Amino acid sequence: MRKRSLIPILYIAFLLLPIYWLVAMSFKTTNEILAGFSLFPQTFTLENYRVIFTDPTWYWGYINSIIYVTINTVISIVVALPAAYAFSRYRFLGDKQLFFWLLTNRMAPAAVFALPFFQLYSAVGLFDTHLAVALAHCLFNIPLAVWILEGFMGGVPKELDETAYVDGYSFPRFFVTIFLPSIKAGVGVAAFFCFMFSWVELLLAKTLTAVEAKPIAATMTKTASSAGYELGLLAAAGTLTIIPGAIVIYFVRNYIAKGFALGRV
Amino acid sequence: MKTVNQKGWFFVLPVLVLVAFNALIPMMTVVNYSVQETFGDNVFFWQGLDWFQQLLNSDRFYAALGRQFMFTGIILAIEVPLGIIIALAMPRQGFWVPVCLVLMALPMLIPWNVVGAMWNIFTLPDIGLLGYLMNTTLGIPYDMTQNPFAAWVTIIVMDVWHWTSLVVLLSYAGLVSIPDAYYQAAKIDGASSWAVFRYIQLPKMKTVLTIAILLRFMDSFNIYTEPFVLTGGGPGNSTTLLSIDLVKMALGQFDLGPAAAMSLIYFAITLLVSWVFYTLMTKDDAK
Repeated sequence: MRKRSLIPILYIAFLLLPIYWLVAMSFKTTNEILAGFSLFPQTFTLENYRVIFTDPTWYWGYINSIIYVTINTVISIVVALPAAYAFSRYRFLGDKQLFFWLLTNRMAPAAVFALPFFQLYSAVGLFDTHLAVALAHCLFNIPLAVWILEGFMGGVPKELDETAYVDGYSFPRFFVTIFLPSIKAGVGVAAFFCFMFSWVELLLAKTLTAVEAKPIAATMTKTASSAGYELGLLAAAGTLTIIPGAIVIYFVRNYIAKGFALGRV
Repeated sequence: MKTVNQKGWFFVLPVLVLVAFNALIPMMTVVNYSVQETFGDNVFFWQGLDWFQQLLNSDRFYAALGRQFMFTGIILAIEVPLGIIIALAMPRQGFWVPVCLVLMALPMLIPWNVVGAMWNIFTLPDIGLLGYLMNTTLGIPYDMTQNPFAAWVTIIVMDVWHWTSLVVLLSYAGLVSIPDAYYQAAKIDGASSWAVFRYIQLPKMKTVLTIAILLRFMDSFNIYTEPFVLTGGGPGNSTTLLSIDLVKMALGQFDLGPAAAMSLIYFAITLLVSWVFYTLMTKDDAK
């Protein structure tokens, strides 16, 4: 083993320590947690997880989150693909300004825009639906998806497009059967980023939902305050929020490695 | 070379409509609030630019803004070099690459309030791993609910924990795109590892580093959920960053007008800094 591999190992250890603590705590009873410090659970319990999997207000939180994150990822990628193509292949009036304007949408302080968002989505009758959160998260996910996809498309030589036209492909057929497969890794990376930012965002998701589409993270804050400070339950719920993310990275890990190897992201 | 084709607008239209719906309408609402005073139920009065004037004369705003710049400055100064160092030390191929990438991406996939709650548990003085180690094992008094310095250290370490991986992943992407021939040429010329870094690796990472730094700037400048869950802006006002102050004003005291004015100034500052940075970093490409 070379000396420099120590750096990533130390870094990963630093990353995993708080996660270990959260997971360890989720297997402890609240009494044990409050009684004092212990590195491992002394009285190992699955009670915290049992509560989450049997109480609909808990497990529906996860289902709601997964639903709106999926809708958002699909919408973001579908509309970002043609836009990224236009940005990478064509020059048109105001293209550079438009591109920068898209980026600026990540900069609005969400904390203050929460109330206007609430009013807007109430006015169009979408309040407390999965679609509302999915659409709201488009604000920061679409620009990012366009940005990433544009980078990947820029790496595909223009000759590919021209050859396809010469061969008599129509544009939609060229796009779907030739172009898309050649930027598959880029689509994977973009989808991963959309999933990630929609999954972790809470402020807008919480503001735009009440009962029907309430995300898990909001369930956590509410239950934590109404039922006292149930540390064990909170830790178990937190642990479960890591799992969908971990599954997604597991599946896209090769795309990420390969996609990043393509060069520009 | 890109061809001039105004049809591009047609491709961009769906993106434009979706983003504009989410960006322009709320923005107009905020602009509206910023020039009005409200009494009771939806009764609004024209207020002019009073809120802006009031804000630009208030110490509270400058204090929060100062803390915000300090936070973002420290974050960038730590995360960018650290991210590059880790990316340089990462394996280039083989089984360990995906393992490293997956483990490193993990913190970014945890919902923000869970990150705050997790670090809260982690640093509790009597029962948290870090808090216990510091206080009992090492004998260093450490309690972020009492000591402003400890609170600052905690939010910074938390952010480094949460986001350094973004810089690592992007820098790594830039590094693996460098063809082997470059390294071989450098080896023949007898270049030192510093020279390789300075003249080969760093320039190649420029594009991705621009993205990484911009993203880290914007996100750390707007950070809200994690520090709010962790410290609630305390102890006292010591970690009340601009966004936390804003929400206190908008929702806590329900001063919609001043809060809206503040968020517009806030937005303008973020925009200005990002724009300056973006132009500086992409200046060479245009030549």
